[in-house]
Amino acid sequence: MIQTTVNGQPRQLDVDPATPILWVVRETLGMTGTKFGCGIAQCGACTVHLDGQPVRSCSTPVSEADGKAITTIEGLAGGDGKLHPLQQAWIDAQVPQCGYCQSGQLMSAAALLRDTPRPSDDQIDAAMAGNICRCGTYGRIRKAIKAAAGIEPATTGAEG
Amino acid sequence: MNKWTRRGFIGAGVLTGGALVVGVAVRPGNPVDKLRGDVASGPGEELVNAWVKIDHDNTVTAIVPHCEMGQGAHTALAQMLADELDADWAKVAVMQAPANGFYVVPDTAREFVAKWSVDAPNWIEPTYNGLFTQVARLADVMITGGSSSVRTTGQHTMRMAGAAARHMLVAAAARKWGVPEGEVVAENSLLSHKASGKSATYGEFAEAASHEHMPQTPPLKDVSQFKLMGKGLKRLDIPAKVDGSAKFGLDAAVPGEALRYAAVKAAPVPGAKVEAINAEAARTMPGVLQILNMGDFVAVVADGYWQAQQALNTIEASYSKTDGDLLDSAMLRARFAKALDAAGDAGGKSLARRGDAVGALKGAAKKVTAEYQVPFVAHAAMEPMNCTARVAGGKCEVWTSTQVPLMARSAIAKALGIGAEDVTVNQLYLGGAFGRRLESDYPVQAARIAKATGYPVKMIWSREEDTRQDFYRPADTSRFSAGLDAGGKVLGWNNVFTQLNDPPGSWDVAHYDIPAVSIRRAEADMHLRFGSLRSVDHSQQGFFIESFVDELAHAAGQDPFEFRRSLLAKSPRHKAVLEKVARMAGWGSPLPKGTARGIAIVKSFGTIVAEVAQVSMQDGRPSVDKVWCCADAGYVMNPDGFAAQMEGGIIYGLTTALYSGITLKNGAVEQANFDTYPMVRMDEAPDIEVAFINADTRELGGAGEPGLPPIAPAVCNAIFAATGLRIRELPVMSHFA
Repeated sequence: MIQTTVNGQPRQLDVDPATPILWVVRETLGMTGTKFGCGIAQCGACTVHLDGQPVRSCSTPVSEADGKAITTIEGLAGGDGKLHPLQQAWIDAQVPQCGYCQSGQLMSAAALLRDTPRPSDDQIDAAMAGNICRCGTYGRIRKAIKAAAGIEPATTGAEG
Repeated sequence: MNKWTRRGFIGAGVLTGGALVVGVAVRPGNPVDKLRGDVASGPGEELVNAWVKIDHDNTVTAIVPHCEMGQGAHTALAQMLADELDADWAKVAVMQAPANGFYVVPDTAREFVAKWSVDAPNWIEPTYNGLFTQVARLADVMITGGSSSVRTTGQHTMRMAGAAARHMLVAAAARKWGVPEGEVVAENSLLSHKASGKSATYGEFAEAASHEHMPQTPPLKDVSQFKLMGKGLKRLDIPAKVDGSAKFGLDAAVPGEALRYAAVKAAPVPGAKVEAINAEAARTMPGVLQILNMGDFVAVVADGYWQAQQALNTIEASYSKTDGDLLDSAMLRARFAKALDAAGDAGGKSLARRGDAVGALKGAAKKVTAEYQVPFVAHAAMEPMNCTARVAGGKCEVWTSTQVPLMARSAIAKALGIGAEDVTVNQLYLGGAFGRRLESDYPVQAARIAKATGYPVKMIWSREEDTRQDFYRPADTSRFSAGLDAGGKVLGWNNVFTQLNDPPGSWDVAHYDIPAVSIRRAEADMHLRFGSLRSVDHSQQGFFIESFVDELAHAAGQDPFEFRRSLLAKSPRHKAVLEKVARMAGWGSPLPKGTARGIAIVKSFGTIVAEVAQVSMQDGRPSVDKVWCCADAGYVMNPDGFAAQMEGGIIYGLTTALYSGITLKNGAVEQANFDTYPMVRMDEAPDIEVAFINADTRELGGAGEPGLPPIAPAVCNAIFAATGLRIRELPVMSHFA
């Protein structure tokens, strides 16, 4: 039995401890915001926080979450439902296209800003290079991170 | 001979609760007399489909027949409809049209089924209910592809429906208020009459409007009257894509039923069958429910996907022999070379012949020849192929992300031996597609598995399977020879290549002023399955043609921008786009040593795109630092969405140019996951600046694909300018290992 906390809720999980966190979250808990992209920690689509640290949930067995706290995209907004500043910046800059990788992108970016509130371009590169986006939203992700960090004004990518 | 007309295909009706719907009207004698219940149901229905629904609560719903895969079609089409309707954008919602034959989009169908007729002046299309629609329905044309949504469905269907609905609302208000129609103002989903002070919402008049005369050719707005079209409205699907709530194919649930999960592995060599499997270890692994040899693939069904995949990984399979079992990439290349050798200077199938190219080359002061090669490319959408299926009682229901729901329906029906009417396809968001989801192999696999199990199954491909069982952008070889006169003018152009798919004319250079042209195809079998990959043939032809034009510029001793500019003397729109991108990039201004710019221009899917790439050499490897892009798509409906598509096309094309190379060994694909099939990531993504020219509001070009073709040649031309190395074979990085 794995004792963990998921987005603030205590959970007892009766699953094979070798099962990656990704599949426990998606199939056992029914929270589908975290995505499967590669299964070998190469693309970042499955990024969640484990005790605040970004991990690739496709390659992290749920046994490692025993006694720890998991945060997924569903838990990124505040308890009051207010969007995380990055989520708002993502909307303002119209970042997502297909949107499939964006849960992972946001979780990586949230960990970056928490530890590095005003990241340089190189720090953004280092923190975000593990997350692949096939739609090519990298430029908008960079802008949105800087806007959320208050480095650059929140430029609306769109009118209206 | 009738000209193309939409006369008679729009109609209106009213739903229970007083909602006005505008869509395709029933004709006398039409066997279908009911609006499908999945749009809305109730008495008084008169339509077979609906493009817009105006509810009593004043909500406007645009019912969009195209899927949303990140290209922004849902928003752009709603925007076009809402503008003609003069609707309040805050009250506009989008609904994915159900996957049935009544949402066939005739204009899109025309692009795909009958592309040979697009430019025919007297194409016979009497009405929507005419012959063509029947042809399109038979061919299951409910497609999202070809960069077509805005310029076909948007221009001809959504705008028409919006304008018609507006006209009927105005007429209803005028009748009730006893005032002339010309005095009723429709704006922001409100009807008002200034003199009497009367006003009402669209919703209040929805039911009454349905009884008004339906204009068959409602006047559409002139560009000067646009309020929403041409504006960068925010995408309606984005909020759900930042909080994890958007549902993709992978996230499908079967209402009221528990899911089991399947992992699959198909025979690695095309055409091979699974002869035998050793599944001893897999049988006893935790959660494993069934192990299936499906003939062309092996499936493991388990309580969880990870358990299924772990068990599958232990299964040993043997496969039948095929003619391709020994084929590797070098042998395929030799096959292409043999076909091109046989074609020589004048053989093969002629695609374009203007003047005497062979003769022109003989008399040229300077002759330039080159051979270009590209490898196979896999799509690598972030969401691996997957499909959830339930088969019970002779019926099949699937939940998936697809660009072709009706083709998937037919393919499933055929595979299961049931009627198409017994198959329901539920569409979810697509986690990328880029053409891969134009194929229906994975929905068929899932349906076959679900038929074998008898219970609902979610089948998920591993990334490795996704890479190795794709339908690929073909490998190809293209040979050029061209002749220049003493002043550097191009006298003749002779080109032959092996692979030809879509769209027609991708190989042409008609925009360039070259007096003698011969373009031919020397067919050679390519072994792997062909698939449309973002921009299709333009993805390789853009690289071939614009690289070779650059070679000619250098051979002529001219600046590559000025050289193209003079070749475009008779193509003013191309020339304007080229000049604008050069200005944006500061073409000609000095750069540090080891840094250079490259330029390229390609028209595809109706849109002219020119790009300049700035490349610097870092530790002996090229780094693409900045890209400028200028496009002429006629008229851009949503500038920010259009820019996003250009940015996306450039990054996708950059990965293809720099890294993508699917190679063969013993007949099978060698690459497997992102470690062996790498992608451009954040740390390599250039700054991109996009501008556009609105040159023609009547005939629109596409957005999803045209950004891609110029980037590979722009980058390679910059590398040549920086280093003197001419890249004639992709991927680029194979030259800088």
